[in-house]
Amino acid sequence: MSSTPRTLLDKIWDAHVVCTPPGELPLLYIDRHLVHEVTSPQAFEGLRLAGRPVRRPEATFATPDHNIPTTDRRLPIADPISKQQIDTLRNNCREFGVRLFDLGDADQGIVHVIGPELGITQPGMTIVCGDSHTATHGALGALAFGIGTSEVEHVLATQTLRQAKPKSLELRVEGSLHPGVTAKDLVLYLIGRLSTEGGTGHVIEYTGPCIRRLGMEERMTVCNMSIEAGARAGMIAPDQITFDYLRGRDYAPRNFDRAVAEWERFPGDPDAVFDRVEIFQGGDVVPQVTWGTNPAQVVGIDATVPDPTAFGDPNERESGSRALDYMGLRGGTKIVDIPLDRVFIGSCTNSRIEDLRAAAGVVRGYRVAPTVHAMVVPGSGRVKRQAEQEGLDRVFRDAGFEWREAGCSMCLGMNPDTLTPGQRCASTSNRNFEGRQGKGGRTHLVSPAMAAAAAVTGHFTDIRHWLYR
Amino acid sequence: MQPFIRHTGIVASLDRANVDTDQIIPKQFLKRIERTGFGQFLFFDWRFLPDGSPNPAFELNQPIVAGASVLLARRNFGCGSSREHAPWALADYGFKVVIAPTFADIFFNNCFQNGMVPIRLAEEDVEELFRRTRAAEAAGGPYRLHVDLPSCTVSDDAGFSRPFTVDPFRKRCLLEGLDDIALSLQHVDAIAAWEAAHAAPAGE
Repeated sequence: MSSTPRTLLDKIWDAHVVCTPPGELPLLYIDRHLVHEVTSPQAFEGLRLAGRPVRRPEATFATPDHNIPTTDRRLPIADPISKQQIDTLRNNCREFGVRLFDLGDADQGIVHVIGPELGITQPGMTIVCGDSHTATHGALGALAFGIGTSEVEHVLATQTLRQAKPKSLELRVEGSLHPGVTAKDLVLYLIGRLSTEGGTGHVIEYTGPCIRRLGMEERMTVCNMSIEAGARAGMIAPDQITFDYLRGRDYAPRNFDRAVAEWERFPGDPDAVFDRVEIFQGGDVVPQVTWGTNPAQVVGIDATVPDPTAFGDPNERESGSRALDYMGLRGGTKIVDIPLDRVFIGSCTNSRIEDLRAAAGVVRGYRVAPTVHAMVVPGSGRVKRQAEQEGLDRVFRDAGFEWREAGCSMCLGMNPDTLTPGQRCASTSNRNFEGRQGKGGRTHLVSPAMAAAAAVTGHFTDIRHWLYR
Repeated sequence: MQPFIRHTGIVASLDRANVDTDQIIPKQFLKRIERTGFGQFLFFDWRFLPDGSPNPAFELNQPIVAGASVLLARRNFGCGSSREHAPWALADYGFKVVIAPTFADIFFNNCFQNGMVPIRLAEEDVEELFRRTRAAEAAGGPYRLHVDLPSCTVSDDAGFSRPFTVDPFRKRCLLEGLDDIALSLQHVDAIAAWEAAHAAPAGE
């Protein structure tokens, strides 16, 4: 191999380029392909029309998550079009020999929750999925990114993807986070500094002591939202925390120690050069709340809603004013004075066991405010069972939360879990776009602890001053 | 895929930044299992009022841009979800070209898969195109642009002409309307060789 120092991205990339035919883009080998019901039907149909098989069914894993109901799973799916899409996934997996974690399966869940949870996601791999939050898997030191349906078909047929190599962006976070400040606050803060397109064309590698201190699930939360800064992917070099997380998982390598020896070669060389480097201080981050209609429109809990007419950039001025109009907010309003109608704890960003523990810790001994409708949607069947074993479901139910079955749910509201026009929601999900959680719905992105506190008080509340019971 | 060589069409302008794919095609329309028929839902929540009638304030509903096939927008067009339903909806509605200062990566890639050309122009050039569109519309006629892929130029009939860049491979696929899966399968031996060399990777 070349002696030039290489980044984590360089190493994974180099190891997966199958060939670069003259005048063409490189063909990148894909180790794992994750599939869900919304972005795959047209891809399988394309294969069928062309008479092509799935090249490596054993490297392909499917689960329905986006449009499934989160209520009682024994009941039939009421929406006939949703049902058709789920049936189509089922039929396609059967026809093409793809492993499906189906609705009744104990391991079903949000695709970006079950991949790591089952050990399907591993360091050094290339992983794709027809979903922009695929970057989640980069938390384990994989190169993982979202693709469109035509590319899904391409991967199914060839197990490769045509890709120009992205640029590398190191986001180094020094120091550590203050108590009450979470990985979600950190990533929202970073997106706010980078802008929604600051990472376009790049793969982000999160580095630095603050990142190294994060647990595996916290790292997933950070990498998950890389796309909200426009980045192709986000990744964190594998370390002992990664290996400890993976050991013993269903799809983890049988010869685990040998695998670890391989994985230890993946972190970037100390003197590797990134195309771009940005440095932040973990200690600067306070709990974050979005005020607008993109994730970069974010401020600290101790701030006020900004006045967009004061923004220098004309695009930001226009989109900020439009956002406030949509959100029904005025510049100068204190964030803690914003009242809420709904609270949603879930999504591929924040629906794992540690997220639920954090939220339950806040809620324990309190009741949801009478003006708020609150729900918890675990990320997978496993997360749900684990939470129930720990009694977290009782904590939530006793406080007045709904306790649901696993799925994407109100993160994107493709299923019946939606906001009605004008409703305001504190959400642990990843996007606050107009209409994202329901037409006319107003979404504020926060951490699980902040969402839980808002559910209790009925308005945003600084979790750093919370009285835990 | 239909080849794209050159195209002349009416410009519709959407004067906003960060147009995300949730706006281009809202989630309630992602349950279809076909690639076609999404044009009727394009920009649904902006295009239609709650009673289902066209929103008279929305840019694409202006009679002067009826039949538009070139969409002009601001920075970071197509951000958010990877849904290819977004380019499907734009193409099905009739758009062949989208011009913006910057695009989100996944949307940008998805366009090429559907014979649609995303063109990045400098911010000041996009500003100039907005100005020319407004001026033409104020004078009563729609504004038209010519896009020539072989020479990679976008121009009008009044002296505007700018080059743009496209990856040479993507350009060839567009010009020849190539099925890139068939093209990749020409390298099946290289793929098989890679697999043989990695028969027992760390992960297995």
